[in-house]
Amino acid sequence: MNSEDSIKPSRRDVMVVGAASSALLVNACQSATPTTYAEEGPPVVNETTSTVTLEVNGTPHRLTIDNRVTLLDALREHLRLTGTKKGCDHGQCGACTVIVNGRRINSCLSLAVMHAGDEIKTVEGFGTPDAPGPMQAAFIREDAYQCGYCTPGQICAAIGVLEEIRAGVPSHVTPSLTGPVEASPEEIRERMSGNICRCGAYSNILSAIQSVSGAV
Amino acid sequence: MQSFSYLLARTPQEAAALAAATPGAKFIAGGTNLLDLMKLEIETPSVLIDINGLDLDTITSTPEGGLRIGALVLNTDLAANPTVRSDYAVLSRALLAGASGQLRNMATTAGNLLQRTRCPYFYDTNMACNKRSAGSGCSAQDGVSRQLAVVGASPACIATHPSDMAVAMQLLDAEIHTVLQDGSERVIPIEDFYTDPAANPGIETVLQPGELITAVHLPAPLGGRHYYQKVRDRASYAFALVSVALVLDGKGGGRVALGGVAHKPWRSREADALLPSGAGAVMSRLLAGAQPTHENEFKILLAERTLAGLLSASAE
Repeated sequence: MNSEDSIKPSRRDVMVVGAASSALLVNACQSATPTTYAEEGPPVVNETTSTVTLEVNGTPHRLTIDNRVTLLDALREHLRLTGTKKGCDHGQCGACTVIVNGRRINSCLSLAVMHAGDEIKTVEGFGTPDAPGPMQAAFIREDAYQCGYCTPGQICAAIGVLEEIRAGVPSHVTPSLTGPVEASPEEIRERMSGNICRCGAYSNILSAIQSVSGAV
Repeated sequence: MQSFSYLLARTPQEAAALAAATPGAKFIAGGTNLLDLMKLEIETPSVLIDINGLDLDTITSTPEGGLRIGALVLNTDLAANPTVRSDYAVLSRALLAGASGQLRNMATTAGNLLQRTRCPYFYDTNMACNKRSAGSGCSAQDGVSRQLAVVGASPACIATHPSDMAVAMQLLDAEIHTVLQDGSERVIPIEDFYTDPAANPGIETVLQPGELITAVHLPAPLGGRHYYQKVRDRASYAFALVSVALVLDGKGGGRVALGGVAHKPWRSREADALLPSGAGAVMSRLLAGAQPTHENEFKILLAERTLAGLLSASAE
């Protein structure tokens, strides 16, 4: 909606935008130290929109949006990146999974205005239909989907899972907290439990992830 | 979701002062529970104060040999911290038993302590719930109560606290450090942090308006062997029916805390002292006065058997 790719703000601009969105609080705090709030009454704050620059798949997008817009809705409705899917919208199904600063998160449970300066990566950022990335190619090769609705979230979650295993982050099923962490089927199943597939393609999803984990 | 203003906090003191002075203000960090509740209009803040920019995301040693965990340390990072994994394993295990990988990448230490119950009647705004709407009644008493509290509850509310992390924190005698609106700080032992649901179930902690959690401190490591056993309706990504946090000192003694049975992590030092006598003795004391519903009375036996299983495994 307000996507203006031609602007291409620099990293410096991102910081400035971040500062601008905090202007109200800065003003409030500068005009009234904490001890004088009681005398002066609460600061007046009634701005319900914010301007934020979201860096998605390497491209900055400057948006002026209602504060209520989730990261998921900003991606889909404002930036038209509809690869990321809305399933439950309550953090239970994982269809909205994206990678932020290298970590997988539920984009439905995060506000877009909270992501100034973050590096956001969606399923579109991992490859194209003509040149799919390794995990995308593995899902196709292993037939790891039926209807495909949960697939973008599964792919982003799987990429995050392998990165977490590579970094040595333990899981609920890791035998020893002080031992090595391996990409065993049990580990992958546990770590993918935040992504629901109503078609039940789980066994092929596991095969796809294993095939990529063996390749790295 | 109702409309709100959005502000970035610069310092903990300013955040606390602003929150105390602004009716309807709420802090937001990970947002994993708060945003869900806002979508359902169970939470309707007029102002959201984003505290993610505060410098509260590190884990450091304390002069007493313990650990200072910043309020904004992510659940993933806390569980994966080498010191926590080696010296506070029960905390790592509890964190890893909770939520999903995506949620643990967003959820913070302080937010985890402050998350709200998952009682279905709290989330259904068509139903009576004293926690959501004071004086409206409790639909859970005669409703679906399989997940709900068996001990420490009141006729007004039988909600459970959903956190796994807090159960381990209670076992470890964690202390919650806060800053108040006037800039002063205080330390709250976790056993004094959660309030009983009898008077007003909507008030769940002793935090004052605007009071901001800045860190959680753990005492020096207990040593011993650490266990966290969570029993739930599916193997992963579900809230506990019962969870048992256990540290054994190798001489028959230790500590026990339960999750999934009360409005807060459930532990007593008198019950700890009965560990040498076995699971039955511990649970008779720990769950004394329990008033389960017909749907959740199974938790009494489940808790005892879960502890018995851990004690048996530890003897092998």
